[in-house]
Amino acid sequence: MKIGFFPGCSLEGSSREYNESLQAIAPLLDVELIEVPDWNCCGATAAHSLNHTLALALPARILALAEKAGMDELVVPCSACFSRLASTRHELRQNEALRRAIATCIEIEYTGRTKIVNVLELLLRCAANGLKEKVRQPFAHKVACYYGCYLTRPAEITTCQRAEDPQEMDDLMKLVGAEPLDWAFKVECCGAGLSVSRTETVAELSGRIVEDAVYRGAEALIVACPMCHTNLDLRRGAIERRRQAKYAVPVLYVSQVVGLALGLSEREVGLHRHHVPVRFAAPAARPGTGVPQAGHRLEAGATEQAVGAGQHRLEAGATEQKEE
Amino acid sequence: MSVPAHAAPHPETLPSRVQDATGESVFNCYQCGKCTAGCPLAAEMDYAPNQILRLLQLDLPEMEQEVLTAFSIWLCLTCETCAARCPQEVDLPRIMDYLRQEALRRGLVHPKAKDILAFHQAFLDTIRRGGRLHEVGLIAAYKLKTLHLLQDVLLAPKLMARGKLNLVPHGIAGKEAVRRIFERCGTGILPVDAGATGVSETHAGDAEGSGT
Repeated sequence: MKIGFFPGCSLEGSSREYNESLQAIAPLLDVELIEVPDWNCCGATAAHSLNHTLALALPARILALAEKAGMDELVVPCSACFSRLASTRHELRQNEALRRAIATCIEIEYTGRTKIVNVLELLLRCAANGLKEKVRQPFAHKVACYYGCYLTRPAEITTCQRAEDPQEMDDLMKLVGAEPLDWAFKVECCGAGLSVSRTETVAELSGRIVEDAVYRGAEALIVACPMCHTNLDLRRGAIERRRQAKYAVPVLYVSQVVGLALGLSEREVGLHRHHVPVRFAAPAARPGTGVPQAGHRLEAGATEQAVGAGQHRLEAGATEQKEE
Repeated sequence: MSVPAHAAPHPETLPSRVQDATGESVFNCYQCGKCTAGCPLAAEMDYAPNQILRLLQLDLPEMEQEVLTAFSIWLCLTCETCAARCPQEVDLPRIMDYLRQEALRRGLVHPKAKDILAFHQAFLDTIRRGGRLHEVGLIAAYKLKTLHLLQDVLLAPKLMARGKLNLVPHGIAGKEAVRRIFERCGTGILPVDAGATGVSETHAGDAEGSGT
């Protein structure tokens, strides 16, 4: 399956392991990701907060470039980019005059033909095409599937069936051998774009998410958004200071979990790039005991040791591992 | 959603401009409070989400400044929880976007929101220059704007060790096209120079620092 691909800015920088893991699993799932030529930033929260026209024009240029390249569908792994692109498409389809004005503004013809697809939709399509049969190393862990905001809301632009208790990622996790938990913070906000300008706010909101996942006995939090990952993983120090507690639970991208299940090494899916070491100790506490499973996280520098601690490596990855 | 005749705003007042710009009528809200109940940041806000709508519903010229200088409109994360749960389908995040833009245009941004605004402006400035976000450039620009020079410095070596710190921006061929988009969209309302921050002077009394 050939499909358009818009990585977005985060996947070139702070979330490069999301891109690396997607690029690594794509061929195994018979997916060819074709990158939109010369794409720009979607404008993110900043644009729609300060200038509505700009918030339509920047995504429209991306959509128009995809359309010009003949893409019928465009996979957008970052939830925030997905939301901006899908919202723009939605609004410009409703308003012909606006569509024309924006097309003039971006200097490229734009009709709205290209559909926007998020990573969960793409992976569920792969599931229908025999993903389960390709699983070589079931990801046999209890996971808390964290959807956040933009995979589920607003309803008119997402394909999510249940906005308050979505099941798409849970279904996917079951397919690769994981046990998705029932928990309370699936669709709560992590604090998103306030990560830099109000870190304490983000530490509070993300802290509640991490704490509940730990309390339910999750061995990993699973995300499909670079911003969620940054706030739950890179901001773990701020979370721990805020809540006066230690949380060892790692945060994995959905594509990394699928990659591990397909037999890729931890390095191939980029686990070594995380801030919180990815390793799965025997679960110390069960839900109901009230004792959070925490405290075995090492301080900075532990990441290198984390590579190799898992059980998912095949021979190919093991060779690379020795370089560490 | 259509607007009942009894609930049309007075022409030229803030609610009517909200409606013109967003298509949303604040008069559809019947103050059930569900938006506030689900809002992750209601507790930090000066006016809760339903109160912002209530201030607008009063449709009084003297309430305009009250709404536009609210800190709440800058705290809103656009998480869309309120919109998803509103029984009257009021798109409050969309209204919040409009209120932010109006506050910025009129120089009424709450002083406590200056870091949030500085971040948004630094973000857009890096896009305007290079077409794509350059994270290192963004953080540097934000620090210079806010003088929070030491914030997050301990994260830098960790990011570097994980290969996530790209020091050189990844420019695109269509850089000039993106710059023209910014010009056409009227970035005149996006001041980047220190002289015109869009931040109001009138709330100096309750600024109590600038958040974190």
